Amino acid sequence: MAFISSGYNPEKPMENRITDIGPRHFEEFLPPVIKKNKGTWAYHEILEPGVLLHVADSGDKVYTVRCGGARLMTITHIREICDIADKYCGGHLRFTTRNNIEFMVTTEDEAKALKKELNGRKFAGGSYKFPVGGTGAGVTNIVHTQGWVHCHTPATDASGTVKATMDAVFEEFVNMRLPAPVRIAMACCLNMCGAVHCSDIAILGIHRKPPMIDHEHLDNMCEVPLAVAACPTGAIRPTKTEWQGKQVNTVAVKEERCMFCGNCYTMCPSMPLSDKEGDGIAIMVGGKISNRITRPAFSKVVVPFIPNEPPRWPTMTKVIKQILDAYSKGARKYERLGDWANRIGWERFFEVCGLEFSHHLIDDFRDPAYYTWRQTTQFKF
Amino acid sequence: MAKHKTPLLDQLESGPWPSFVSDIKQECENRAKNAKGVDYQVPADCPDDLLGVLEMSYVDGETHWKHGGIVGVFGYGGGVIGRYCDQPQMFPGVAHFHTVRVNQPSGLYYKTDFLRQLCDLWELRGSGLTNMHGSTGDIVLLGTTTPQLEEIFFELTHNMNNDLGGSGSNLRTPSCCLGQSRCEFACIDTQQLCFDLTQTYQDELHRPAFPYKFKFKVDGCPNGCVASIARSDFSIIGTWRDEIRIDQKAVAAYAGGEIKPNAGAHAGRDWGKFDIQKEVAERCPSGCIRYEGGKLEINNKECVRCMHCINTMPRALRIGNDRGASILCGAKAPILDGPQMASLLVPFIKVEEPYSEIKEVIENIWDWWMEEGKNRERLGETMKRLSFQKLLEVTNLKADARHVREPRHNPYIFWKEEEVTGGWKREIADYRKKHQK
Repeated sequence: MAFISSGYNPEKPMENRITDIGPRHFEEFLPPVIKKNKGTWAYHEILEPGVLLHVADSGDKVYTVRCGGARLMTITHIREICDIADKYCGGHLRFTTRNNIEFMVTTEDEAKALKKELNGRKFAGGSYKFPVGGTGAGVTNIVHTQGWVHCHTPATDASGTVKATMDAVFEEFVNMRLPAPVRIAMACCLNMCGAVHCSDIAILGIHRKPPMIDHEHLDNMCEVPLAVAACPTGAIRPTKTEWQGKQVNTVAVKEERCMFCGNCYTMCPSMPLSDKEGDGIAIMVGGKISNRITRPAFSKVVVPFIPNEPPRWPTMTKVIKQILDAYSKGARKYERLGDWANRIGWERFFEVCGLEFSHHLIDDFRDPAYYTWRQTTQFKF
Repeated sequence: MAKHKTPLLDQLESGPWPSFVSDIKQECENRAKNAKGVDYQVPADCPDDLLGVLEMSYVDGETHWKHGGIVGVFGYGGGVIGRYCDQPQMFPGVAHFHTVRVNQPSGLYYKTDFLRQLCDLWELRGSGLTNMHGSTGDIVLLGTTTPQLEEIFFELTHNMNNDLGGSGSNLRTPSCCLGQSRCEFACIDTQQLCFDLTQTYQDELHRPAFPYKFKFKVDGCPNGCVASIARSDFSIIGTWRDEIRIDQKAVAAYAGGEIKPNAGAHAGRDWGKFDIQKEVAERCPSGCIRYEGGKLEINNKECVRCMHCINTMPRALRIGNDRGASILCGAKAPILDGPQMASLLVPFIKVEEPYSEIKEVIENIWDWWMEEGKNRERLGETMKRLSFQKLLEVTNLKADARHVREPRHNPYIFWKEEEVTGGWKREIADYRKKHQK
């Protein structure tokens, strides 16, 4: 392997340097029918799961075929996507904010052919490459984070938990038979790089053991005051300790105050907290982002801990299925998962979902906790 | 022949959903074959080693990526995230495996020639693995080595006319929904606004000057497809302030069953005959819809623009014509202080190029937050600590009943001296003249 330079000269880093140009202008990439009718769309219809029709005031139509993707994708896969877009869509395509891929054409026949083509392509291992679906009152693709594939703070894997979940709820991806859309999101630690804090169903990686302290390196690798300030519960204090006969500056952790958020580790690499038995998954439900009918809402924790069970996380997928099935059975048309739970009452939610309520589910973090306790005699037996 | 045995990951090849394991394996094979004779600039077997290290995590139940590492391109403080494997001897192909964030086009539309260029670049100088897209919205190129970073940046800017995105305590790459390009609900041109803000604030995007990350997200309507209300420090959501346009003929067609309600989103189950009274009028959160004698009436003054009626009958009801946006501030995920939803700051603002009014609000907020924000404090936390009133003060906006869900519960009001007749300076001696000790 010989180093190939593309023209960058480390001796003269400013020579020919181009900076701060931003992204390409989106107009360069718009399909002609989109560009022509931008801002004048009249209405849309979902013709079948995964196939959308948009009609413009001009009478122009665009058919969109939407398919799921794994988010983590290789260039071989992207080139295949490009081949399909070249063959059917004049080289145009788009991604959705939930990692679906959309191919747009101008006739229904082309859309049908596209759908057939996409559903016909499979990976060597047997899974679909481009399953068509993800529209309307169903489950669409899961927004997720990096997990064990690429992140330094995860409490679980992201790609694996998502694959396992989407396999389990696949029928809801290719159908539109739920009361309302169900948005599932996944974040592999409390930093929540995905928007799981406002999702109908959220898969969240959590830690349960306080950080270990690497006294040998802490003072070299961390700013002690930053590590102390990082702790939202004030569990960390500066201290000195003896290490191999030498006095070193380090920190001490008041362990009963730790809520395992991992923020100390983010600030100080000498305080790792990942652990095979300690780490796992919490399930949150009832969040939403849309302002439709009810206002946006945060997700609520309904299962405090499920152990990591790679590669398929069967307990986690079972719980998700239970919640989805109870919701599907009990909710009214248009009612989002959290609105349904609010209507029937959370005490009833646990009953119909077959979930156990435990003390871990009562909020005990600062002011917001108080607003979640019940201040009425109105409750259900 | 696979380099590492991956019995656990192999189980993720079955099932209908696209398997990332199968995908990575096909990349491993292609790189091993190297049919095009590419002179790979990072180890050709890095996808194999990625599977190897991931399999080890599946066994250990722990990650094997090290914490941090500061790498980047000259003059930028963001866009590249350093990443190193903690078992480099076992997996030399991913010993150095940095992430590059590439600024995505607004609305995530692509031409294949651009994507193919990106693939060629990432074949030569990276692992061949990507995220399409990361949670912030960027194109994420996953896995390269330090000597490649400047070369990647050079090729991106010179050959592809495209920049890196943001990371660290920077403005993060702004993102938006697809907006007016293909959505009848979009009240504003989200793509143009997102592009303009990205271009205007290139310096803030690439050079860390903030207490922490700062995110712009632009939603075209209150449906919120890009989740701006939950995820962005500065959330711009399209809205209107006049009347929902009604086509009574289409209303009748919905009533008669000629048009499927909700654009067909519920087609998979028999929910019975569409009932406008029950499904639209009675579900209106502000109760401002009347359906009588086959006519739909909306008392627009009481409408809160939740989108339900429009979503349900898109061919009969359309957004108003006096369009603009609401601005909400301070959303974030739970770290550190619990999750925060964005709070309404500007109920209505016109969205017209060059967007000076919006930029004025942004820059006033930044001036304040950069001065007062603590290290790693998101805007939402600064707002909580220093009060919403302070935010109004620094943005020169007037308090409005729309700013609150309900007025305060406690009367502990921080009156300012100038708000009180006679000011605060008093003499104890004067007081004692009238009041014995």
